[in-house]
Amino acid sequence: MKAPLLRRIALAVAAPLIAAVVAILISSIVLALSGSDPIETFKTMLENGTRLETMIDTLNRATPLYLAAVAAAIGFRMNLFNIGVEGQYILAAFAAAVVGAHINLPGPLHVAVIIATAMLVGALWAGLAGLLKVTRGVSEVISTIMLNFIAVGGIVAALLPHVIEDPTAANQGTPQIPESGWLPDLNGIVEIFTREILRGRRLTGVLVIAIVIGIVYHIVLNRTRFGYDVRASGMNPTAARAGGVPPKRMILLAMIGGGLVAGLVGMPEILSDTHAYDQGFIQGLGFAGIAVALLGRTTAGGMAIAALLFGFLDSSAAILQVSDLASSEIVVIMQATILLVAVIAYEVVNRIKQRDEVKRASRMAGVTA
Amino acid sequence: MSTTEQLQPTPSPVPPMQGALTTRINALPGWARWSLAATVGVFVLSFVQEVSGTSLLTAESTSRAMVRWAIPILLAGLGGLFAERSGVVNIGLEGMMILGTWFGAWGALNWGPWGGLIAGFVGGALGGVLHAIATVTFGVDQVVSGVAINILAPGLARYMSERVFSGMTGGSVSQSPRVNGFDKFTVPVIADVLGTIRDWDVFLISDMAGLLRGFVASVSIFTVLALLCVPFTAWLLWRTRFGLRLRICGENPWAGESLGVRVFGHKYIAVAISGGLAGLAGAYIVLELSGLYRGGQTTGRGFIGLAALIFGNWRPWGVLAGAMLFSYPFGLALVDFDAQRSGVATRALLLVIAICLYATAVWLWFAQRRDDKRREQMLASTSTGYSSPTASWMNMLGALGRAPSGRLSALAAILATISLIWYLATDRAAAWLPNTMPYVLVLLVLVFAAQRLRPPAAAGIPYRRGEH
Repeated sequence: MKAPLLRRIALAVAAPLIAAVVAILISSIVLALSGSDPIETFKTMLENGTRLETMIDTLNRATPLYLAAVAAAIGFRMNLFNIGVEGQYILAAFAAAVVGAHINLPGPLHVAVIIATAMLVGALWAGLAGLLKVTRGVSEVISTIMLNFIAVGGIVAALLPHVIEDPTAANQGTPQIPESGWLPDLNGIVEIFTREILRGRRLTGVLVIAIVIGIVYHIVLNRTRFGYDVRASGMNPTAARAGGVPPKRMILLAMIGGGLVAGLVGMPEILSDTHAYDQGFIQGLGFAGIAVALLGRTTAGGMAIAALLFGFLDSSAAILQVSDLASSEIVVIMQATILLVAVIAYEVVNRIKQRDEVKRASRMAGVTA
Repeated sequence: MSTTEQLQPTPSPVPPMQGALTTRINALPGWARWSLAATVGVFVLSFVQEVSGTSLLTAESTSRAMVRWAIPILLAGLGGLFAERSGVVNIGLEGMMILGTWFGAWGALNWGPWGGLIAGFVGGALGGVLHAIATVTFGVDQVVSGVAINILAPGLARYMSERVFSGMTGGSVSQSPRVNGFDKFTVPVIADVLGTIRDWDVFLISDMAGLLRGFVASVSIFTVLALLCVPFTAWLLWRTRFGLRLRICGENPWAGESLGVRVFGHKYIAVAISGGLAGLAGAYIVLELSGLYRGGQTTGRGFIGLAALIFGNWRPWGVLAGAMLFSYPFGLALVDFDAQRSGVATRALLLVIAICLYATAVWLWFAQRRDDKRREQMLASTSTGYSSPTASWMNMLGALGRAPSGRLSALAAILATISLIWYLATDRAAAWLPNTMPYVLVLLVLVFAAQRLRPPAAAGIPYRRGEH
């Protein structure tokens, strides 16, 4: 008998390792083909990545990505392809910005109302797709894509002209939220550890919320009855149904849960950056979040690593743009290659694992027979 | 999945639950059925046009704008048809279309419009092959791979334009220099005849001639080729050996393999064609709509193509109908929102939607009553003394079917009333309305007809040799 433990560990690390190596290889080839120096480019990215400002930038970028990933992952765990995080967070951020600007409450309460509004709107929009699925059997892939278009091109586009502060401004947006509705940054905590005074960059306070969400996601999914039902429904819907898990209620709950988290995706922008929803509001986080969720295998830890990786790559795009070494678009190619290679590698490793399992089972059956 | 299909295998004396008219319509070939639906649609449009004081609803310019807008959606939808009929869900159509826009512009810059057309096809097909490698060879989840391609394609296109187009005059990282499209031409005799009929100004007939003239007057060869793809696809997939084998891969690949069909090969070809058609859609946007490559110019048309595919029940004529239906509000808005007339005709569309929803409500109500009646007859004929397992199963099915139908009818009526009130309360539509209408239409169609649609049975399921 071979050492199965060693093989198991090797298989577990293999997929991400292969993905990283192949992605670096492919991007090097692309870089070399287009006349840039790959080694110099990667060196610059790494050197830049170890600076404190870049780390904070990475964390700031990783926070919404992580929230979007968790939002998508809740559905993925049940084989629900919730493509609608994009529309859910934009609609939620818009509603939160409008509500936040029109109320006046003392500090923490103001922030809480903004967050609650965002989560509620996100849940409603996602719940609509869930409702269509359970009552009419409408595929959630198509309905969430359509709801994305309706949210961004329809509802927000229709309502934004009614709430803008200054119609003559180049970048029209909602009025800024009063300062009581701002979330304090985490620079104080960073300065304790680094003993460096941060200038310019501010670490978003939403990071704490994202960490809490990650922990809650992990505990609910792995340590509660509900999480067990979710995972069972995803792995084998027929068996779950036979075991008394109501499939319709689970679909609805999973969509609403995803929507609650999706509502938070826009919060770094609303609570600690621009404090308003304007025409330049960041878009595309929903789709990036799906990539992060897939790369992180929908586990809380895996997605955190994937979000940090994507955040780091996004942050180095800015540096590459300045450095003139390579086109900053190489970063997007790297992200997509990592994702594509990783999902293929996961699948291959999965097959090897299954084959091992079959072999082991047949060997054991042979022994007992 | 309709009730009919579930009932058929059971040895029951009750005929399928359909009216005589429905049966007759269903017996027609695809193109005839959709022509009939289109005629009814034009009738409603002509009627509303008379009521609400606009002439744009059936104008030739509206029709031409609709066709130009519909072609990318149509090509993407046909691309989705090839892939899904072979059992591979292709959510990456959008990404493949983006590849098509870049390659189309690049080809057109080097070799003129025909070069752009071919390069667009090849570029999209490369994306398709990538999707096939991931999903067919490695068995990766098809939606996952599609999402990855949707992320990869815009980055790749931007990277390549940075390398290729930035150096050219008029080009930059986000756009290419201007490219020349195909020349426009008018089909001689047909266009003249239709023009004459249009000018008679007879209700319905002239309206229809005006709309049809938009298909033949000042069109480009690319548009004609794209429209010809519909009958060609119908012939290729439903009348040839290759098509039969390809569809087997989407319905039951295990059975196909046992009959000697090369499942992997057919899936590869189908997904490559799928990407190629999406690439053609991208090339069309570049050559015919915008005249240059620009980042983000596909604006989700790949997804609407997917919706057209579902609307058309995974059939080529249905995809054409879906593409036209979803493009109509856009086409109308393009004509409607130019000068002074802004929004008047688009507002009239609300009345069209209201009428269609009321019709849906009535139809659902009658369908429910008919089903109830049949159920009573069935009960009378089967409950003779004892209850067979089949009969109780039927009763259960009936109880399941009854309640939602009535509620749906009510929902349709409520939505219709909202639309009607909206129509009556406004003078002109807001600019965002036509941008939203196609997506709302898709949702409405899915809500009221989702159960009647039948996707290929094995679409989305990774296939592995020798399993099952």
